[in-house]
Amino acid sequence: MASPAASTTGIGARIPRRELKRLLAGHGRYIDDIRLSRMLHAYFVRSPHPHAKLVSIDVQRASRAPGVAGVLTAVEINPRCEPFVGVALHRAGHRSAPQRLFAAERAVWQGQPAAIVLADSRAEAEDAAELVEIEWQPLPVVADQFQAIAPGAPVIHHGMPDNLAFDFTLEQGEPAKAFAEADVVIEEELRFERQMAMTLEPRGLIADFNPSDGSLTVIHAHQSPFQMQEIFANYLGIPEHKVRVVAPDIGGGFGLKLNVHCDEIATVVASVIFGRPVKFCVDRLESFVSDAQARDHRIKCRIGCKRTGEITAMEIDDIGAVGAYGMPMRFNVAEGMMAVVMTGAPYLFNSYKARTRSVYVNKNLIGMYRGVGMPLACIVGELLTDLAAHELGIDTVEFKRRNYRPKSTLPCVTPGGQRLETVSFHECLERLVGLMDYDKLRREQRELRERGIHRGIGIGTFCEQTAYGPPYYGPSGAAISTQDGCTLRLEPSGSVRCLTSLTDQGQGTLTAVAQIVAETLGIPVDDVSVAGNDSAISTYGGGAWASRGTAVGGEAALRASTILKENILSLASAITQTPADELSLANGQVINSKTGLSVISLAEVGRIGYFRQDTLPKDFDVQLSVNASFVANDKPYYMANGVQASYVEVDTDTGFIRLLGQWAVDDCGRVVNPLLVDEQVRGGTVQGIGAVLFEECIYSEDANLLNGTMADYLVPMAYEMPDIVVSHVETPETSTRLGAKGIGEAGLIGAMGAVWVAVNDALRPLGARITHQPFTPERVLDALARAKLR
Amino acid sequence: MKARNFRYVRPASLQEAYRMLAEAGGEAVPIAGGQSLLAGLNMRLSSPKVLVDIGNLAELTGQSYADGMVRLGALTRHRDLLSSAIVRAHLPLLAEAAPHIGHIAIRNRGTIGGSLAYADPAAELPACAVALGATLVLGSAKGERQVKAEDFFKGLFETDLRAGELIVEVKFPEVPTGTSTGFAELSRRHGDFALVGVAALAILRAGDIESARIVYFGCVDRARVAVSVSAALSGVAVPLEDASPYAAAIRNDVKPDDTPGLRADTKLHMATVLTRRVLNSMVE
Amino acid sequence: MGDVELIGDEEVEVVATLNGKPLKRRAKARQHLADFLRQELELTGTHLGCEHGICGACTVLIDGRTARGCLTLTAQISGKSVETIEGLSDNGRLAELQQEFIARNAAQCGFCSSGMLLTAYELVQGGEKLSRSEIREHISGNMCRCTGYHAIVDAIEAVLAKGLR
Repeated sequence: MASPAASTTGIGARIPRRELKRLLAGHGRYIDDIRLSRMLHAYFVRSPHPHAKLVSIDVQRASRAPGVAGVLTAVEINPRCEPFVGVALHRAGHRSAPQRLFAAERAVWQGQPAAIVLADSRAEAEDAAELVEIEWQPLPVVADQFQAIAPGAPVIHHGMPDNLAFDFTLEQGEPAKAFAEADVVIEEELRFERQMAMTLEPRGLIADFNPSDGSLTVIHAHQSPFQMQEIFANYLGIPEHKVRVVAPDIGGGFGLKLNVHCDEIATVVASVIFGRPVKFCVDRLESFVSDAQARDHRIKCRIGCKRTGEITAMEIDDIGAVGAYGMPMRFNVAEGMMAVVMTGAPYLFNSYKARTRSVYVNKNLIGMYRGVGMPLACIVGELLTDLAAHELGIDTVEFKRRNYRPKSTLPCVTPGGQRLETVSFHECLERLVGLMDYDKLRREQRELRERGIHRGIGIGTFCEQTAYGPPYYGPSGAAISTQDGCTLRLEPSGSVRCLTSLTDQGQGTLTAVAQIVAETLGIPVDDVSVAGNDSAISTYGGGAWASRGTAVGGEAALRASTILKENILSLASAITQTPADELSLANGQVINSKTGLSVISLAEVGRIGYFRQDTLPKDFDVQLSVNASFVANDKPYYMANGVQASYVEVDTDTGFIRLLGQWAVDDCGRVVNPLLVDEQVRGGTVQGIGAVLFEECIYSEDANLLNGTMADYLVPMAYEMPDIVVSHVETPETSTRLGAKGIGEAGLIGAMGAVWVAVNDALRPLGARITHQPFTPERVLDALARAKLR
Repeated sequence: MKARNFRYVRPASLQEAYRMLAEAGGEAVPIAGGQSLLAGLNMRLSSPKVLVDIGNLAELTGQSYADGMVRLGALTRHRDLLSSAIVRAHLPLLAEAAPHIGHIAIRNRGTIGGSLAYADPAAELPACAVALGATLVLGSAKGERQVKAEDFFKGLFETDLRAGELIVEVKFPEVPTGTSTGFAELSRRHGDFALVGVAALAILRAGDIESARIVYFGCVDRARVAVSVSAALSGVAVPLEDASPYAAAIRNDVKPDDTPGLRADTKLHMATVLTRRVLNSMVE
Repeated sequence: MGDVELIGDEEVEVVATLNGKPLKRRAKARQHLADFLRQELELTGTHLGCEHGICGACTVLIDGRTARGCLTLTAQISGKSVETIEGLSDNGRLAELQQEFIARNAAQCGFCSSGMLLTAYELVQGGEKLSRSEIREHISGNMCRCTGYHAIVDAIEAVLAKGLR
């Protein structure tokens, strides 16, 4: 039974994130706040060309510049690290050229490192970098996916037959027949430009190799210290137990800080070579040319429906430009794979045809970024069904009511191969419709249209794979652990220390873990301290990424605290001569379950357990430090779901789009802390709105980045964003005791679908359709102009 | 990135500033608010050898109104344009434009002299200065001279300022009674530089435009009077239903280029829409 | 004066007030205020997100008004009073803002928070009643990548409401 104290701070309580007081006082310790003695600062000289031969490189002048300790090139750096081949073993035919840390003979993307300058200060390193003399000879460029697969296209990697990285097809049911039998077929071509994760704090690390004992400590703004421990050990040849990766406070991750970036590895190599700590903090201009990017997809898709409103078939053909190499460990085919396996997942239909291709281009690597392909799936499904519903004369909400997979069909496997068990499409939709007052908005929309004001309503339904398990990552061959662990220790004072394998980039995972421990042990959350972010001290585990922290690490904490509870009760039973099954924990006391009265305090249990074992029965086994790891062996993911709505207005004279309202309903199973979840959903929603309306890496036709500053790459700021109403339906995950699923990406996925549909809904009476993201004013105006020509 | 090295000097008087600028022989740049200059230095886009900090020179501050003329010291900050009673009373166009200049922290530091000297064609103040018929007082060790705003802007980030010369103050003739002003811009996000903007003066009589003085920004290479548009609008009845009859005149004046994410023809379209909106806003 | 090299470090004397205390230091001429605070004084609560004046993470107060630390040379603060998150934290209206930010989860990673708080501080010092849209406009130069801004607006609104009582 939860004690009164625990119920106000335990599972389900809206308590503030515990790190915030410190962070808001300016007392955070982010990577660039840390300095070690004898530390050098790194700055990279990068290829200014998307594709060029490196004719010569001369570092003599740079090496003699003030404050410079050395300048290293491919000659010194590359042999120190095994090449990365970023292919997933279970994806048949997936191939990539081996990636070296530095460009040696050729650079294949703009921003690829060619030299690292190490100096006493960052400014001096930048000064010296200007003195590195490199002769580049530009080569023909493969700038986009269609160029890449065109006959006779230059092949980026010697030794590969073409630029194709991966080609996957899927067919379920009888799509050809089903399309032929459809009364209505809607077909569209969608385009998603490249974008960036754009964490406010750019990437960074301090590598500290100690030559005297061969140990390596890396303070790394990374979401998965264990992943990086494995990489530093195996690729640099350092015994794994001598590698420690510690994450400091991190200024946002969103998947960016999950990738394997060659400049980060090179920083570690430089520390090994110099035997000194080396700091590399990416600045914003560098982030534009060095951060793994996201999206860059072209999708053809169609849907077939019967007059009656039933969906007969869907089809998607995706082609993604994944950059110059396969992303090590994290596999940039994932975006396309997720798009094709998730499309249409919320809907009842049987015939499905899908293809995704990933191709290499002379651009930076595509990596993990919030949502990975799932927003594309959401957009394809929601746009097609909305267009089909309208074509059939059925209101879009009514269409969803009819076509969503009802609870009665669960568990089921979708045509894309997705197993749905505890999803709640209809409940979420009805909640949403009520929150936004759908009918009233539709009336308002109709009235305003008569006055030339063009508003649109869009609904974005989604499934979200969260908390990947070993069936998902294991067969890929990547050493990515999907388990998490928790170590708990009762202190003699009766308080509890927790060590978790999780990390926290702001989500509040460590607070959620504290709540779970506090509730289970019947103590106030303030009596639990949580440490994480460190590969050396906790149980092995994954970290915080892919919407998994609380779902997996929280379950490990629940299991560890259950064991500790049993041990405490058993010890209390021995001390007090009361049967253990009559005892429970509440308010920091061991209580008699029947009377509710305190039998002994936790502090007294701790005192005796640690200092007066002599008073216990001979051979009584005191275990007040316990450990538990958790993973659901057979589950590839916990499927979460939700639905969002957007209300937008399009200025048809200028092409500007204004968000008037946004509503989000999600089902992430059990919500451990609604306060943290709500704003995380809103944050994801704003990133999703940003993606649809603003964010784009603009490249020239020959693959030069044209907008590499924050003045030109637009992220959503406060003024343009709407208030966002958030609500939760809770359908617990059944394979865990905690019942939590992930929530990290939900906001972004649903928002992107909702805004896409809403803008197109606004343009509908004008006969215009916009399918090229982001929806810039120019693209809106172009869509309107095309409609006029028709 | 970090700026390249330079020397920083802080003159105690305007005369000393002139002397320092003259001594450096073209290698010195004055810094006032620094809101554009420092961004460029941090990106290593420019590398002056000497920065002469004129930010505390009393001779460059102050605002006054006399004899139909508003005088604003070069160090008048953007935020002062919002709070100044003189500006509100005599130059409502500036008060209307000021909230669009960057964000609060930028307006707290940026100065009118700095903005005009930087001559960003997407900036609000150069366009307003031209529209209002302002005169710039330029000073150097050789003395002072006066240049009309419409003659000051020579091209993209290019002005009539000579080596060693500073903007001392800006003189604005009061907007006469009976003349309306209008201002509008399209920027992707609040505070961003304008894709397209319009600053306008017009005399309206009985529902007609008697005369107009239109200045575009954002879609041009420099602030200057849109002569063809201004002429074409003479005698036109407002509110305008549609400004597209003047599109050719706008094209003639604006001559936009393609820029990343925005084609010239889109800018022209937006300029046409904004022209209508600004004129119509002045009728109300 | 043409003897300046583009590589190396010219220095300059800075005499100012920092967080209420006198400051007298030699500073590198090219070092902007945010780097000076962070590297020379180890006041790392002021963050750098872009170094070209867009993101607002480096916001400090100069003579009581917000300024970009990255667009201010250290030398330019001579004779002025600078306040940072470290100096203002836990006092007066900033403490109220911190409490409301925490209570509403108006921060996640915390990287934007110093700048966001100081920008909000300047606003609430004015004491005017403002709409949510006006609050959004005031903070529109401060990027937050984690929250949806909604909770930040809530928190500022709550502090403004207290001030009006």
